[in-house]
Amino acid sequence: MDKNKIKKIIYMDYAATTPVAIEVKKEMEKYWSEIYGNPSSLHSLGRMAREAIDNARSRIAKILNCGTDEVIFTAGGTESDNLAIFGVAHKYKDYGKHIIVSKIEHHAILRPCEVLEKEGFEITYLDVDKDGIVNLEKLAKSLRKDTILVSIMYANNEIGTIQPILEIAKIISDFKFKMQNERKTLPLFHTDACQAAGFLDLNVKNLGVDLMTLNGSKIYGPKQIAILYKKSGVKLEPLIYGGGQEFNLRSGTENLPLIVGLAKALELVEKNKKFEVKRLTKLRDYFIKKILKLIPQSILNGHAIKRLPNNINVSILGVEGESVILMLDDYGICASTGSACNSKSLEPSHVIMALGKAEAKEVAHSSIRFTLGKFTNKKEIDYVLKVLPGIIERLRSISAITAKK
Amino acid sequence: MIKKSKKKKKIIGDVVSKDVSQNWVYSAIVKDHFFHPRNFLDREPKKGEFDAEGIVGSPACGDVMRMWIKVDKKTNKIKDLKWKTFGCATAIASTSMFSVMVTENGGMEINEALKITPQDVVKRLGGLPAIKIHCSVLADQAFKAAVKNYLSRQRK
Repeated sequence: MDKNKIKKIIYMDYAATTPVAIEVKKEMEKYWSEIYGNPSSLHSLGRMAREAIDNARSRIAKILNCGTDEVIFTAGGTESDNLAIFGVAHKYKDYGKHIIVSKIEHHAILRPCEVLEKEGFEITYLDVDKDGIVNLEKLAKSLRKDTILVSIMYANNEIGTIQPILEIAKIISDFKFKMQNERKTLPLFHTDACQAAGFLDLNVKNLGVDLMTLNGSKIYGPKQIAILYKKSGVKLEPLIYGGGQEFNLRSGTENLPLIVGLAKALELVEKNKKFEVKRLTKLRDYFIKKILKLIPQSILNGHAIKRLPNNINVSILGVEGESVILMLDDYGICASTGSACNSKSLEPSHVIMALGKAEAKEVAHSSIRFTLGKFTNKKEIDYVLKVLPGIIERLRSISAITAKK
Repeated sequence: MIKKSKKKKKIIGDVVSKDVSQNWVYSAIVKDHFFHPRNFLDREPKKGEFDAEGIVGSPACGDVMRMWIKVDKKTNKIKDLKWKTFGCATAIASTSMFSVMVTENGGMEINEALKITPQDVVKRLGGLPAIKIHCSVLADQAFKAAVKNYLSRQRK
């Protein structure tokens, strides 16, 4: 085992986070110690900072095809998701207290929903099919007069399944049309697009969303910086109060270097999107095909085609995910698992559990996720394919569960 | 500058964050027992190979442990202990360590071995991340199940 070991790191956890692009770092550089003014200050340094924020905002707005006043900067995808959920819930609670989300949302959506349940809101958790796609019929049936928000992620972070956002938006708008009453702006539609950025269409006019979360750390930008797109006319109750920055929706002195970095990162992934989607889809399909062929008792989680170009999620029955991850780590390979033993909650992946597979818990505990990125090449994949079967064989020999036919 | 900070680091070296819930670092002993587990059975046991078997956990919960023991009937000492687990690194390492503790120095007497707590195993492993402690209790439970199985077989 040791002689195959290499020092090089093979990073296949791009869905967890990405390295900051050199170009992004360069763009951020002068906003740490040179143009450090507070954008709210009237003097020249303040004005320069303000200008840089305005510039970054309009560059992002251009990509999303929206107005600059529709882009709110926050400190991360989690905050954007929280702002969308709590912001809508608390602002529109007099119109209704019903919210619809999918069962496979990120915890940044699900945990706020649990808090709202305690506040007296009613949350519908929509089922997904065996590939992780939201049941549209159930969505249509779940919409009620008192539904104020629907939040369904664009693409799933664990299994990479892409949701039919356009169809969901259509169902919601049809419902609104049918309802035509004094509150025809409701329900609002939010999507968490953190994983989708860089791969899928981000034009909010095409998508038909009212709110959309995007963050820096998944697109070779800095961490702890994100935006919440908010269609003009949509109201939100802030999470953070203070100096009234970000259109009174997110107080606190703007983090200028990160904001500039986010704009640059988004531009870069948009520019490379077409090429990368094609390249990674090919690598992904090769990787999946090989794993399923080389490793007996392995199954693909998520949809085979309606899937992010960089996501590979397989369950290798009879072995526990964390053990596999640690053994891969010994070879310098960085991957991830939905096993409970890798989580703080001690519950296995709620996403894989929601797929309704037989022996769901075992499938979830055995799941391994490889997510590819701009530095992934076929050579790296072949290396993983070379060491993985041996790791699985070894762990299966220790395993108390004999692989079933 | 660099020299100075290095020196300082040495002085504060034993000051660690009290928030162990975020700590994922495994000790060298844990790693050794994970990568080179002792006493695991890489096959199904042969008939009559062991005196008793204990099974705990379920695949649904993400952990299954099977343990087999061989006991010296005269001295009541554990002559051999083998195991298999569908478990995480911690489960593998702690069971491996448990098996060493029970069989070392000519084997432990059953009653003594029953007194081994998961904490004892964790101690021998050089500690575990706080949230992984629960993964270490399986060996203990499987051993108790195996002893129970042994005693009931002896009565027959």
